[in-house]
Amino acid sequence: MGVHGIISYGAYIPRGCLLRSSIVEFTGKGSNKGSRSIASYDENTTTMGVEAARNALKGSETEPRKLWFSTVVPAYMDKTNATNIHSALRLDDFVEAVDFGSSTRSAIGALSSALESDEPTLVVTADLRTGPSGGTEESTGGDASTALLLGTDEQGALLAEYLGGIAITSDFTDRWRVPGSSYSQVWEERFGEQAYKSLVDRAWSEALKKVDMKTEDISVALVSGLHSRAVARSTPLLGVDASDDLTEQIGNTGAAHPSLLLANFLDQAKPNEIVALIVLADGCDVLFFRTTQEVENRRNSFPISEQIENQFPVPYSKYLSWRGLLDSQLPNRPSPTRPSSSAAMRRNDWKMGFVASKDATTGIVHMPPSRIGIKGGDIDDMEHLPMADSIGTIETFTVDNLVYSPNSPVVFAVVNFQDGGRLPVELTDADPEKIEIGDRVEMTFRCLYTADGIHNYFWKARPVRREREKS
Amino acid sequence: MASHGIKDQVAIIGMGCTSFGEHWDKSLDDLIIEAAQKATKSAGIETDAIDAYWFGTSQSAASGIALATPLRLSGKPVTRVENYCATGSESLRQACYAVASGAYDSAMALGAEKVKDSGYQGLNAFPIPTDGTNRTLTAAAMFSLILPAYAKRYGVDEDELRYVIARIAQKNHFNGSRNELAQFRREVSAERICEMPSIAGRLSVMDCAGVADGAAAAIVVRAEDAHKYTDKPLYVKALSVVAGDSSGLVDPDFDFTTLPECADAAKDAYAQAGIKDPRKELAMAEVHDCFTPTEMVLMEDLGFCEKGKAWQEVLNGSFDLDGEMPVNTDGGLKAFGHPVGASGLRMFYETWLQLRSEAPSDRSVSLEKSKQALVHNLGGYPGEMVSFVGIVGSEIS
Repeated sequence: MGVHGIISYGAYIPRGCLLRSSIVEFTGKGSNKGSRSIASYDENTTTMGVEAARNALKGSETEPRKLWFSTVVPAYMDKTNATNIHSALRLDDFVEAVDFGSSTRSAIGALSSALESDEPTLVVTADLRTGPSGGTEESTGGDASTALLLGTDEQGALLAEYLGGIAITSDFTDRWRVPGSSYSQVWEERFGEQAYKSLVDRAWSEALKKVDMKTEDISVALVSGLHSRAVARSTPLLGVDASDDLTEQIGNTGAAHPSLLLANFLDQAKPNEIVALIVLADGCDVLFFRTTQEVENRRNSFPISEQIENQFPVPYSKYLSWRGLLDSQLPNRPSPTRPSSSAAMRRNDWKMGFVASKDATTGIVHMPPSRIGIKGGDIDDMEHLPMADSIGTIETFTVDNLVYSPNSPVVFAVVNFQDGGRLPVELTDADPEKIEIGDRVEMTFRCLYTADGIHNYFWKARPVRREREKS
Repeated sequence: MASHGIKDQVAIIGMGCTSFGEHWDKSLDDLIIEAAQKATKSAGIETDAIDAYWFGTSQSAASGIALATPLRLSGKPVTRVENYCATGSESLRQACYAVASGAYDSAMALGAEKVKDSGYQGLNAFPIPTDGTNRTLTAAAMFSLILPAYAKRYGVDEDELRYVIARIAQKNHFNGSRNELAQFRREVSAERICEMPSIAGRLSVMDCAGVADGAAAAIVVRAEDAHKYTDKPLYVKALSVVAGDSSGLVDPDFDFTTLPECADAAKDAYAQAGIKDPRKELAMAEVHDCFTPTEMVLMEDLGFCEKGKAWQEVLNGSFDLDGEMPVNTDGGLKAFGHPVGASGLRMFYETWLQLRSEAPSDRSVSLEKSKQALVHNLGGYPGEMVSFVGIVGSEIS
């Protein structure tokens, strides 16, 4: 069976961030310190999950056989969101894709269950934290996603071995949300603090006992929980150095946060470090990992610290409008109609996977896929060509102030791809003032709009992130 | 590919056109009846005596019934035609071919559009169920792509080009102000247009065609019968349609500085009409100036000037009313307004007035050079377009 552990990992921090000072400026409440990450108007937990998963799968040749997605803000109910991620990643049909829903605890449950799975399992978590304007939930929350590919050392070289862990369950109503509400409510702060402190105390000593280790064996502790005071007050009880919890820079990303801290640790870890992940969510979970030599050999292609540096501030009014908390005047154009489910199913490869067709005779790439080539050739003489990782160049572009969009104006570019082919496509995460002909773009999976409750997922182009950072 | 055309086999013997504009007080039926009445009166013929009908509408109705009902055409073949914004000219093309084939002695093409009942700005949308991956850009934004591409290819400063296209709008407003049927009858200076805010790319609202309600109609018969109805028929010299295969949106080599479907249709039409040098052999042209950059590149694609030179020719006034090659003498889509299904026929209506010397004196063109005129009508967008080019003349050649 081999040793279980982490084969690869990925994280996604949205480009947009909200400076807390901009909340104070508007509401007159809260602290000016730091910022929080915010998903764009065209992102949801599913699209963010796709981004993190793409990042994780770049780090390993191992293909997942299971895809588990956990969020407290599912884009759909009844319909599985993991299947959307499955399509966007173009995973095999026989890869099981399921959701772990409703509470932040489900995310750590998915992770610990996957660490016992006999097949490589991709655990994707995502969260979108919202709160009443000017309140703590709003300013301390954050949006992000993560993906961990878990398996055994026989299935893929491990970055970190799983040493074991425990879970304590405790039923108390410290934080709650009824279905349909966009944010949580919390009980008086000190109640949760006391409850969690005693849980951490118990869990920590039991966990160390289980793996037969002492506090001095542990290099670093990653403590995660939505109760920030409980996290702060219980961390010193561990007797181990705790890592930066990233909340000042991006906020607490809820269901995504435990794996985000783990990913951030792995971004910088040295071999043979033992890390404890402690999660405070309706109980207390403790998981221990030990990094391997691989952790230095296979660094993540886009570490979290760089993603954070890459963020740009978004005005508070825009954040409110993106979240549906502020009604904005839209262009006086008809709103879009829902995509056809049957048409979408027929073209799932294109719509969800961004797979083009390449004419076997002429070599011309067709987007969308075509049965007959633009320069002749036989009918159905086409090969599938995945294009999601192809870099494009802006040939020409325009800024459309008239078209219906939740974020007018729309920047639209004619993009030619390095692997061949052209697509006129909407840009996202782009400043209309800074776009130039010749700019390089990369593809990102987004929700174009939602109509009749159907999310119209497709791909957009965005300025290549790391190049932007350097310029 | 054979494209023989029907040069001088069919003649237009009557035309009618409503005023174009925001006709809050007129229905589609009202517009149809008005255009049909004007056309039949001009030809001196009753609707009952016309054998067949082609009805062009893009977004206002769905079948021939929508024409047969208001006109109370009983027992007649009536066909609805749609080809995007080239719908009006397409209806005339169908009517002409039907008469040329000998199937009918006479036919009417009537184009009408009622766009101002939707409550939205711009044209009506007609949502067809799709997989949701189609681009949703406005037409203004799609045509605005021409400007930076043209600037880059020909090394013209974008601000200079901004002025050039404003100059086109200024010309068309100048002409439209001399047209009592036009939607916009006020002159506007290029300088003022340049100061207006952009709505799509570098385009301001003054670079866009007027969105209007309206209708226009033409009656055609065999050429040899034309003089039974009028002393001044217009003979159909060429009718060409090219529907593109949308390859411009797929092919990385397409650069948005040309509209190949228009160039192809022009080439075909010139061959049908036997025209070698359009600038010398045409008295005037009505072209599809849906957005001002469109008219600029059309001057090149229709062969009115060399590639890369249209912007200079615009500034030189070559396409002005008193220029060497007057274009859009009635104000074009820009000032006359653009009721989609009617526009192609409206363009023919201007050639009908000009070639018969019936245009108002303050906008009439010289017929010394030629007694032929060109109509260009397109639908779709750069990269995915349908284009029509037709040529008519007042003499059999």
